[in-house]
Amino acid sequence: MPFTLPLPLPPRVAAFAPPKATRWVVHVACALVVVIPAAMLASDLINNTRLLGSDPIKETEHIFGEWTLRMLMLTLFVTPIRQLTGWNWIQKYRRILGVWAFAIGCTHLLTWAAIDVQFDWPDTMADLTKRWYIMIGMAGWLLMLPLAITSTSGMVKRLGKKWVPLHNLIFVTVVLGCIHFFMAVKKDIEDPLIFAAFFAALFAWRIWMAMRKRAAAAASALPRARAA
Amino acid sequence: MLIRRPSDVLPSEITPEALYVNRRDFLGRAAGAVAAAGFGSGLAAALPAKAGAQDDDPLTPYEDVTTYNNFYEFGTGKADPAETSKGFQTKPWSVKVEGLVKKPAEYQLEDFIKPHKLEDRTYRHRCVEALSMVIPWQGFPMADFIKRVEPLPSAKFIQFQTLLDPIRMPGQQRGVLPWPYVEALRLDEAMHPLAMFGTGLYGKTLLPQNGAPLRTIIPWKYGFKATKSIVRITFSEKMPRTTWNVANAGEYGFYANVNPEVDHPRWTQSKERRIGEFRRRATLMFNGYPAVASLYSGMDLRVNY
Repeated sequence: MPFTLPLPLPPRVAAFAPPKATRWVVHVACALVVVIPAAMLASDLINNTRLLGSDPIKETEHIFGEWTLRMLMLTLFVTPIRQLTGWNWIQKYRRILGVWAFAIGCTHLLTWAAIDVQFDWPDTMADLTKRWYIMIGMAGWLLMLPLAITSTSGMVKRLGKKWVPLHNLIFVTVVLGCIHFFMAVKKDIEDPLIFAAFFAALFAWRIWMAMRKRAAAAASALPRARAA
Repeated sequence: MLIRRPSDVLPSEITPEALYVNRRDFLGRAAGAVAAAGFGSGLAAALPAKAGAQDDDPLTPYEDVTTYNNFYEFGTGKADPAETSKGFQTKPWSVKVEGLVKKPAEYQLEDFIKPHKLEDRTYRHRCVEALSMVIPWQGFPMADFIKRVEPLPSAKFIQFQTLLDPIRMPGQQRGVLPWPYVEALRLDEAMHPLAMFGTGLYGKTLLPQNGAPLRTIIPWKYGFKATKSIVRITFSEKMPRTTWNVANAGEYGFYANVNPEVDHPRWTQSKERRIGEFRRRATLMFNGYPAVASLYSGMDLRVNY
């Protein structure tokens, strides 16, 4: 009797199917993450409304930076949620969320370059070559580029088995993003710690699942090896 | 040829330095205006050049000054101090003066302030985070107080300590910084006529988020050098420890003079955003108060940051 280690989560049947319009709801919700702060910033700069406090530019930069990490987090939540609930349909939102993480990362970068340092090239170059937290953040953004480019259905097909290893780069981006956040705060690291804790949990889940899978595979391979 | 007899009265004895520094600002500005009009550039060149002094330095709105603060005792967010410090009681309040001083004493706040004539002074305020404001303060010169309590000849430094009371200052319940907040100056820095104790701003008594009821104002240094809600002043011979230096010595030194040429390790200090302005402006050496330069002659300000 071969010993088989059960996978922790037997496949489940999807509890419900999403309504057709869900894709649009996701797009609109993500777009609002960009549009609302941008509108508040415009109002603050033009009408002095202080919706974002006394330094609306810094505030906008921070909002977009944190939302980049939040979107990355949501992207990484998709797989565990599917595994836990059996909602296989949820998987197709992973790519949408990932592309939005990139888009919001772009707004974060643009807010910094265009509105904060205002394309002051000597300063920008100095920042890009001297300041570790900026270089690390920049690297995180750059790593999202190939992922965004290869996120179309056509590219998924073309890359085939290479797609998943390539898109594992998201984990590197997440680590860089968290380091960037830790380094950017002056002393109070509570917020970066919360983000890091969530990501650590998401990483741990994947490691655990992979270990279980490997153990199960080894166990099922055992009887065949014996027979041979 | 006329040779003028050097006056035996120093200009600084006639006019407080703060005033003539401002007047020089005014002259520089006037010269700039003349030069801008296309003539008198020779005059502008003859006057002490002061980069960036041509602007009018409009006051930062009261709302920004009182809602956008760094005062970790009331939380680390910029909006936290105004929120968390609501209802903070500053009466009664006492200030202990101790250490190498002829007249150590514990003063009630009123007695601490009463002997001094309160003045209005508008200063630029430069935060180490590359932000700045222009604030109309009320207070009195630190030098007047120091003369009153008569430090001993051995006293070389003056240290200020913020109230330690985690109930009234809930930010102290978290170990973000080593509490209580302490800051210090060399005694000659503290004696400089620009250094002052603040008791109010915009003609009103200080609000808790701005350091009520008593704070220091050292306009040529980064904001964190100021101490808010002061309860203790200690004169000492050795350089005292200072909070941010203890927390992160690589980034925050004892002197913390505003210096556009010495970057913070993580960001440039060459520019700043004045609250309410869109474009960043150039940061001025000593925050545009060159009169203090002599305090640091012969010092390498890159090492003594």
